[in-house]
Amino acid sequence: MSSSPAGGSGAPGERVGEPLVEVEDLEVHFPAGGRRDRRVVRAVDGVSFTLARGETFGLVGESGCGKSTTGLALLRLVEPTAGRVHFDGTDVRGLSRRDLRAWRRRAGMIFQDPYASLDPRLPVGEIVGEALDIHDLHQGKQARRARIAELLERVGLAAAAADRYPHEFSGGQRQRVGIARALAGEPDFLVCDEPIAALDVSIQAQVMNLLAELQRDLGLTYLFIAHDLAAVQHVSDRIAVMYLGRIVELADRATLYRSPQHPYTRALLSAIPVPDPVRERQRERVPLVGDVPTPLDPPSGCRFRTRCPEVFEACGRVDPVLQPVGPGREGGGALPDVGSDPRAQGHLAACLLHGETGRPVERSDHRDAREAAPAG
Amino acid sequence: MSGQHPPAGGAHGAAAAASGAGPDGGADLVLSVRDLEVSFGTKRGTARVVRGLDYDLARGETLAIVGESGSGKSVSTLALTKLIPIPPGRVTGTAHLGEVDLIGLSEQELLPYRGRRIGFVFQDPMTSLNPVHTIGRQLTEGMRHHLRLSEADARDRAVDLLRQVGIPGAEHRLDDYPHQFSGGMRQRVVIAIGLSCGPDVLVADEATTALDVTTQAQLVDLVGQLQADLGMAVIWITHDLGVVAGIADRVLVMYAGEVVEQASVEELFARPRHPYTVGLLASLPVLGDFDRDELTAIPGLPPSATDLPPGCSFHPRCTFRDDPRCEHERPPLREVAPGHRVRSFYMVPEEEARHAAASERVAVEPPDVRDQGVVS
Repeated sequence: MSSSPAGGSGAPGERVGEPLVEVEDLEVHFPAGGRRDRRVVRAVDGVSFTLARGETFGLVGESGCGKSTTGLALLRLVEPTAGRVHFDGTDVRGLSRRDLRAWRRRAGMIFQDPYASLDPRLPVGEIVGEALDIHDLHQGKQARRARIAELLERVGLAAAAADRYPHEFSGGQRQRVGIARALAGEPDFLVCDEPIAALDVSIQAQVMNLLAELQRDLGLTYLFIAHDLAAVQHVSDRIAVMYLGRIVELADRATLYRSPQHPYTRALLSAIPVPDPVRERQRERVPLVGDVPTPLDPPSGCRFRTRCPEVFEACGRVDPVLQPVGPGREGGGALPDVGSDPRAQGHLAACLLHGETGRPVERSDHRDAREAAPAG
Repeated sequence: MSGQHPPAGGAHGAAAAASGAGPDGGADLVLSVRDLEVSFGTKRGTARVVRGLDYDLARGETLAIVGESGSGKSVSTLALTKLIPIPPGRVTGTAHLGEVDLIGLSEQELLPYRGRRIGFVFQDPMTSLNPVHTIGRQLTEGMRHHLRLSEADARDRAVDLLRQVGIPGAEHRLDDYPHQFSGGMRQRVVIAIGLSCGPDVLVADEATTALDVTTQAQLVDLVGQLQADLGMAVIWITHDLGVVAGIADRVLVMYAGEVVEQASVEELFARPRHPYTVGLLASLPVLGDFDRDELTAIPGLPPSATDLPPGCSFHPRCTFRDDPRCEHERPPLREVAPGHRVRSFYMVPEEEARHAAASERVAVEPPDVRDQGVVS
């Protein structure tokens, strides 16, 4: 999808491939709750990646891995506690309230639940119109109405839908309304947070096709967040796999599928049911034991080690960095010079089996690598 | 409705013979459902939620019922033991569990069957467990009532059950509350409750849908293992064709309250003939399929149960529709191969159906995740 020419919406085609969103060491820590409780939930704990203009970047992982929080933090819908987010050269974390509002025109969001993310008391036209009003776009009754109709038709709804209320629509149609609202500001970038998870199978394909079509026509860049790796693989150019607040592997979609390097990625791939009885019954699964540890107190060293089938001695004392995978890279080394195209960054994985590189663990509560994390 | 007679013979003898031709040739039948109809009186008229369902279930067999929301897949099994409000619900037809027709029984007469002969595992362990009671109490309740076990015996058996479903430290967990378990562990508890009275049939209604894929894989394997050990039959209700491919012996595909296709799992995935089944398979993103830019979506929406289209219930969305009867006449469920029945005037040719099948959509073999060396 990324190779298709971009048009409209102020995103000239020749800029496809340039970095649009740069995220560096992003951290979102939440206080644990109690007033005396000094602990923090490390929801996102040092995440870095760069999105190229016009690409779809998939963020995949299981519940609680921090993928949605990462998406929200990019748009400052939750405040990052540390790290850098640059959007087309703008330092997003440095924006004032007012500038932030203006900037959000260019970066929008599509939410998971089309039932909860639309105001049930507003007709669909107003839901979309609100987004126009906030950015002072298409003022004047007639221009506004025409633009709302255009947006609704753009996402495959009838212009007459503007006068109806969300409850009159099916889940798939509501998701289209959510997409129309996200397009109102003529954005360059959309965070799609589980946009198909709540939809029926036959409707999921409709929405994925719509997102692809919009990207082609409007030159959009997507961060596509989902737990469904088959769907993520279908829509994405590159994919990052998250586990317990970190990216553990990042690669283009074909490489991630053909040659997964992190044991977690391999377990995830092997657990996804394939709709083919012959293949599904022949597959060997990478068995994972136990549950995801709590982000209040992640394991020392590699966070996956408590469930990893390949765990060895070093895993508990070195926190592995995301480093290039491939021949000649033993022992790490510098990240390749990506030039102006972040997609040239190649295949990265954070696993000590690729050579021990990372931060030594300094924590005093360092526990043995083989000790399983107690549940709940 | 006429009371307690064995299922074979009578008006539905032919149907019984046809659908009984499962892998066991109709031997060891535990459940036999004929002409099951469920409707609800609503303000907008009668909602016909299940329309004429026939199936047989043999001991040790796994029957998958596949369909999207509103297809009637859940209601059809809830209705077996009147777990729906009556009125406004209305259930007709027969469902023989052994010699007894469940549909003809009163609420009181059903009590010895619910949980005892038919066990249920529902989707959401958050809502199917009572948060204010210990899991020990919830696990032993059925055994004390149905099996008349003493408290001590029931607790002993509860510990065994928790071990069987893979809960570590089972003997220390009986007095814990549901919130002290992770989602996957909680669903294991629900499975243990479903199994506690040694049912003939276990109904797993979207039992793994709310869980992460790695947990889902563990639980799917667990149920398969328990089924092999205990010899019970399983009705697995799901929308996930990947899960179906992995676990089912036979499959019923439901659409708008009726079975549109039924076949053995191998036959259904290799030679789907109903336009809806073919459409569903083609709309799925498949891991490793990098050739398709666009998914083949099924246009439109499923019909409302209060406003079913005349003729074939799928015809308004059908891209194959070519017969004048489609719009006026309800197609019969026709046998196209032994044990393979299709409710359509148009049978999708094998060539076309193959295009949709996942087995044809993967250019590269998936990596053998177990043998691949990690170190590059």
